[in-house]
Formats: sequence, structure tokens, C-alpha cells
Amino acid sequence: MDHKKIIELLPAYLDQELGISDAIAVEHHLSGCPECQHEYAEQSGVSALLKQDAPYFKAPAYLAQRIKMALPQDRPHPSRRDTWNFNWLNAGAVMVTLLAVAWSGGLYLTLPSAQERLMEDLVSSHVRSLQVDHLSDVASTDRHTVKPWFNGKLDFSPPVIDLAPQGFPLVGGRLDYLDGRTVAVLIYRHNQHPINLYVWPSTDRDAAPKAQAHQGYHLMRWTVGGMGYWAVSDLAANELGLFVGEFMADTLKKTSPSK
Amino acid sequence: MTVSTKEGRFQAMVLPHLDSAFNLARWLTRSHQDAEDVVQEAYLRAFKFFDSFHGEDGRAWLLGIVRNTFYTWYQQNKTQAQNVQFEEELHSVQLEDAAVTQYDNSNPEALLIQEDSQRLLQQALEALSVEFREVVVMRELEDLSYKQIAGIVGIPIGTVMSRLARGRKELAGILSLTNRES
Repeated sequence: MDHKKIIELLPAYLDQELGISDAIAVEHHLSGCPECQHEYAEQSGVSALLKQDAPYFKAPAYLAQRIKMALPQDRPHPSRRDTWNFNWLNAGAVMVTLLAVAWSGGLYLTLPSAQERLMEDLVSSHVRSLQVDHLSDVASTDRHTVKPWFNGKLDFSPPVIDLAPQGFPLVGGRLDYLDGRTVAVLIYRHNQHPINLYVWPSTDRDAAPKAQAHQGYHLMRWTVGGMGYWAVSDLAANELGLFVGEFMADTLKKTSPSK
Repeated sequence: MTVSTKEGRFQAMVLPHLDSAFNLARWLTRSHQDAEDVVQEAYLRAFKFFDSFHGEDGRAWLLGIVRNTFYTWYQQNKTQAQNVQFEEELHSVQLEDAAVTQYDNSNPEALLIQEDSQRLLQQALEALSVEFREVVVMRELEDLSYKQIAGIVGIPIGTVMSRLARGRKELAGILSLTNRES
């Protein structure tokens, strides 16, 4: 073979596409021909560079799905299978979403349910205090008797106010156990209806009174100055509201710096 | 599922070559978006003509359809004049880039980082005219044999060899030009 023929065959020689006899002939010529050596070096250099560094564009993942969906839909069994596959994927996604929503909803619901439990406990405590005639540990209408009684029994000092002038005389105090802690209970009376006022420290922000009802009892809760209050009574809601209003007015007056 | 159904055989023999189809289409169209469209159209055609396919080499068969789909699309969407202009623009952009590299690269011994090398290679290969580009891509990136390429493009094996030689030579020219300048 002449030089012209050899130089034509160089790519095939490089790509190992030549038969054994041609390959030997090219090899033989190449060892003694600088022009062919240069040509071969150039070709193999570019080839190696392309193999190493030229970007290979892989199909994006969604393309396969897009193609499957674009294929004719009158196929019998397998098309349905594909559709199902796809739908299962969707169904899975929907399921996950629903679970997430349900779970986060559950998070919200646990809050009321905890309060519901507390409300139940408060009413139970209120009822028990009436049943076993254990309304008061310290029976006194004098807040100067009731307030010191709590000393040493609690790690906080509940505000003790007598609201006799407003029609809600203080009749005593008691300790109770609620929400995982010992709490102070102040007992008031209004027209023979006892009012249990539960007091314990709270980290919640100040909150205006909120009326609730449970098992025929009325409850009002509010937060002022780091103390949480729950008032429980069989009083009518508006009368209990009146009591709470008087109590709050008095505590605010007592804690206000002008006094 | 048995592979006796047309759908089953198609999925088994043709769908696995999606990456090859996309790579070729991407290099032919030089556009990701157009490549997606060409590949999808090619697959629809392939499915349509799948009954007439009785060979073993599903990939080469598919790539042939991708290539034909591309040329149909190419004639419909681009005029030759626009394309030449496009190629010239690519050339000039690439040379400008090379000139920038020259000034940025204060250390003459600094090697091009791989990203730069890939970018230059891509620009060089995309600047190649399509008849050379396709054989180079099929040979160097898809690792197809001369015989397979000849079958896909519909040219004699000798022509595959000469186009490959010409394509590589042009690439060497473009790349050495940029290397000299940088």
C-alpha cells in the first residue's frame, strides 16, 4: 500500500476497524513516516480528548415518562399497566400529602385536647371539692389569713383578694393538684354558689378572659402577669363573667404602680 | 408481563436506549429543548414502525430513526442560511472566548480546568458541520462501529472513515487554534 492509501486508513487503524493484515501494513508504514505519525497523533489526540471531555447529554428523567404517555393509547394490556403505574405514583403522592396534612392537623388538635383534659380535671376537681365537703383547707373570709396559709405550701404567691363588697365573698383557700403541679385554689361564694378559682404560674402571654363550658359548669380562664387563672362554677356564665371582671379589676389595681 | 406484545418488546428493546437517542439528538440539534422534541417524535415513529424491525441492534435502529427525524425537523424548522450564520457566530464566539482566556491566564503553565476543556470541546464540536459532527458523535461518544454508523447514516464504510478523519482534523484545527492563543 502506498502512503496516500495508508493515510486514508489511519482513522480505521486508530479505531481498530482494520483487518489484521491491513493493520500490520499501516503499522509498518507508520514507524517510518513522519507525516503519517503526525496525522495519527493528531487524530488520536482529538479522539482521546473527545472520549474524555466531550459532554454526554443524558436524557432528562421526565422524558421517558413523557414518551410513554405520548405513545398510542390503544394498546391493550400493557398500556393499562403503565397507566396504573403512573396512577400509583400519583396515589402515593396524594397519600403522603394527606398523611402530612392529617399529621399536622393532629398537632393542632393535640392542643385543644390537652386543654380539654385540663378542663375535665378542673371540673372534676370542682365537683370533688363540693362532694367530699373539702372545699377549703383554710376557711377564712380574711385574705390576710388565707394568703399566709399558702406560704411554704406553694412555690408561688397567689393574689388573694376579697370581693365581698362586690358580692363575691372569699370563703377560703385550698391546695389542689392539676396539670402536673400543685396549684392554689381560692374559694368564693355568690348567692350560695361556690366559685373555685384555680391559680398557678404561667409562661403564657397575658390573655383576656375566655368563657368555656363543660358538663354544665362554666369556666373562665385568663392570664395576667405570669399567673394563669381558671374560674369554675355552676354560676350562670354572665355572673361568672362579672366575678372575673371584679377580680381582674382588683388585681390590676393592686399591681398597678400608682397604688 | 411477557415480551410477546408489541409494547413489551418495544419497552425492552428500544426504551433502554433513550440516553443514546437524546445524546445524538442533542448534538444534532444543539438545543436541549429541540432534542427532547426530536427524541419524542423519533420514539413515536419507532413505535409505529416497530413491527417492521426484526434486527438485533435496537440502538442502531433507533439512532437511525432519531437521525432521520432530526433531518425532517431540520428542514422544516431551519433554513440553511440561518444555520450557516449560526455556525459562524459560534466560531466567532469561540475565538473571542479563547482571546479572553489568553489575558486571564497569567500563568502560561496553568492547565485549563476540566470545565473549560469541556466547554471548548462542546463549542468546537457544535461548530463542526452536521455531516461530520454526527459521525464523530456516533464514534467517539456512542462508541458505534464503522459498520453501525454506515448503516445509520446510509453511507459506505469508507465514507464513514473519511468523514471521521475530516471531522477530527477540523476539530484539531479549532482546538489547536484556541490552545495556541491561550
